[in-house]
Amino acid sequence: MGYAGVVAVAPASVPYQRFSIETAHWWIARALRETLQRAGLAPGDVDGFSVSSFTLFPDTAVGLTQHLGLTPRWLDHIPMGGASGVAALRRAARAVQCGDANVVACVSGDTNHVDSFRRMLSSFSRFAQDASYPYGSGGPNASFALLTDYYMRAFGATREDFGRICVAQRANALCNPHAVMKSPLTLDQYMNARVISDPIHLFDCVMPVAGAEAFLVMREEDARAAGLKCAKILSTIERHNAFPDDPIQMRGGWEMDLDELYSMAGCTADDIDLLQTYDDYPVIVMMQMEDLGFCKKGEGKEFVRARNLTIGGDFPHNVSGGQLSAGQAGAAGGFIGLVEAIRQVTGDAGPTQVANARQALVSGFGMINYDRGVCTSAAIIAGDGQP
Amino acid sequence: MTTPIVPPPKKNPQKRTRVPTRPSHFRSRAALGLAAAAAEGRFMLQTCAECGTVQYPPRDACTKCLSTDLPWKDIAATGKIIAGTTVHTSTNVYFRERMPWRIGTIRLDAGVSVMCHVHGDVQTGDNAKLINRLDKSGQAVLLAVPAGGAPNMEDDPQMRELTCDPKFRRVLIADARAPNALALAKAFAAAQASIIFMGEPEGWRPYPARKEIAKVKGVEILPLDVTDTASVLELVGEIGGKTDILVNNARYVRPGGIIGRTDVNLAKDEMEVNYFGLMRLAQGFGPGMRARGADGQNSATAWVNILSAHAWSNMPDYGAFSASNAAALSLSQCLRAELSAGGVRVMNVFTGPTEDEWHQPLPPPKVAPEAIARAVIAGLKDGLEDVFVGDVAKDLIERWRAGPKILEREMIESLGQSS
Repeated sequence: MGYAGVVAVAPASVPYQRFSIETAHWWIARALRETLQRAGLAPGDVDGFSVSSFTLFPDTAVGLTQHLGLTPRWLDHIPMGGASGVAALRRAARAVQCGDANVVACVSGDTNHVDSFRRMLSSFSRFAQDASYPYGSGGPNASFALLTDYYMRAFGATREDFGRICVAQRANALCNPHAVMKSPLTLDQYMNARVISDPIHLFDCVMPVAGAEAFLVMREEDARAAGLKCAKILSTIERHNAFPDDPIQMRGGWEMDLDELYSMAGCTADDIDLLQTYDDYPVIVMMQMEDLGFCKKGEGKEFVRARNLTIGGDFPHNVSGGQLSAGQAGAAGGFIGLVEAIRQVTGDAGPTQVANARQALVSGFGMINYDRGVCTSAAIIAGDGQP
Repeated sequence: MTTPIVPPPKKNPQKRTRVPTRPSHFRSRAALGLAAAAAEGRFMLQTCAECGTVQYPPRDACTKCLSTDLPWKDIAATGKIIAGTTVHTSTNVYFRERMPWRIGTIRLDAGVSVMCHVHGDVQTGDNAKLINRLDKSGQAVLLAVPAGGAPNMEDDPQMRELTCDPKFRRVLIADARAPNALALAKAFAAAQASIIFMGEPEGWRPYPARKEIAKVKGVEILPLDVTDTASVLELVGEIGGKTDILVNNARYVRPGGIIGRTDVNLAKDEMEVNYFGLMRLAQGFGPGMRARGADGQNSATAWVNILSAHAWSNMPDYGAFSASNAAALSLSQCLRAELSAGGVRVMNVFTGPTEDEWHQPLPPPKVAPEAIARAVIAGLKDGLEDVFVGDVAKDLIERWRAGPKILEREMIESLGQSS
């Protein structure tokens, strides 16, 4: 069943900061206010509220309702990290479609204090606490180093191949005034960067930042009546703990649900104008290109060699710079691709706008619970792509 | 190939002693099963009692059938390293001080993937063996080592962090007069301990093994009486800053329980050595050892108590002695907690009746001094917490684990049978 009659509107991004003395509550409030202002709505108009954040403790979405003065009749708290944006979208869309809510505000935000990252890593999950953190405490760098090492051995991908992804995203980020990374990146610089946890080097890693992202989900007729630019939701998928018997992760749950994704949308991978992957490390970008049907498993390396991944290229990818160049704002890293995609298909992306971006595929990947990412999600959204 | 370690240079007294830091010690309750296995050097994983599925990481319900009956079983520790990395950046101070640090993913033949520390002689693609050891936090971690061993493999820096190897370390053996003193001295010399301090109570009184002990390479005999606080403190002043391993082998043993004795004098003597002796040593040497847990190649690393296995369940024919050992066992658990901040291990070596004059009428099997010495060295090399030496001790702990109350009945029946 599709999502006819439901749209995503009013994409809002609060410019990221490397470190912040503010709280997650502060960042989430900023993003909520921004999305409501864009839609011309007041807080009282929101009757559905969806929150994703790592640094709200001891609060959850529940505490935020009172903190922010909301009185929703539908409330969700999504702990899926990088998969949370699409998950928020699809749940909110069903709620609106079925009449449980009229306007759902989907918000994600995290702060980044000087010591937040270390604190989050040491207590990220029970399996991480028991079985990965005690082994060098390298955090996601080390976990993805193992996945990248395996992937390179299995399929012959090279550091240069991953470098192409990072270099293209940096080029895109230079068009995004809010990206944390401001200087160009060459493939030479990428190759000569210092090692973090081989084969992961400096420019394979995201910069943890503070920031927030938000959008609204509402009925299309209400949005049109208010004069809002609409992103239609053509299809979505979600999967958790896929392929648990794989010895190590070399594919994600997208592979299980790929047919559903395209058949619900009534299109194929060839019809996608813009791909927004979850990009905490380039290896997972390459896996998404494969698992979402843009190329075969193991052929991601040839794919990125053959295609131009920049805003003006033949395969625009992570056009705001992605997390690799715009920064990773905690759980908002699961929203950055989706919020930018809503801007793109509604022709509202300004300096990062891809020409005629009518259909965008957004994918999410989250939560290295132990040795692999557990949550995957994807959505195809559509608009007229015109300013 | 591992580069053999070399004797560390003399310490520069002007330099600050590095403060011990620790890897993360937080674990779920289920994961503590791994630490219990590591205490004895065993590689065990949870195995579903209903469907047989091997589980990792430790959990509360079977990942295949949701059974909550997940006993820990010894399983084959072999597998293949399928991915590896060398961590150069860590959020944890302990690892930052020891960068770079090798980790990897091993796919065990038992069908689970395990993130593990990786020995320097193991490469990605190699078959390897996992060993389960306690790290400096006192919690269990898994290390992939060469399946068939390798030269000097115990000198690998990541492996040496997980063991208490006596090589190039300085040892204090508390009682040179004890029947096992000579065997211990020889065993530590063979294990390349650099100095073997031998504590000697009542030096004016001759004893047969002294000449032999004095001849052992690296031995220095120094006055020490564990029943005398002043004597302990005097020795602490002399060697407290360079005691890396302390072996508390002082003990006072006499047959007898309660009713056969007319007063508490013998029991007091037993407590004075076996319980208060441990406490005096710990109050004297413990603070220095705890502070020196990260003091380079010859850091303080282990505290060893040689205890009667009857600390676990009273042997009425040696009832008061058993009780003093039960007190010592309990105290050793306190000491383990207190030394853990320095990453210093407490290893208890439990023995059944020993080959000595006070167990003379007992029937075999009895534990020879050399067997105790071998167990101490092997236990230190594996970084263990609990070692059971000899058939009686092994049998006793197995019975205790099967049912302490049943064992108590059996021990009651043993009264009067042992002579």
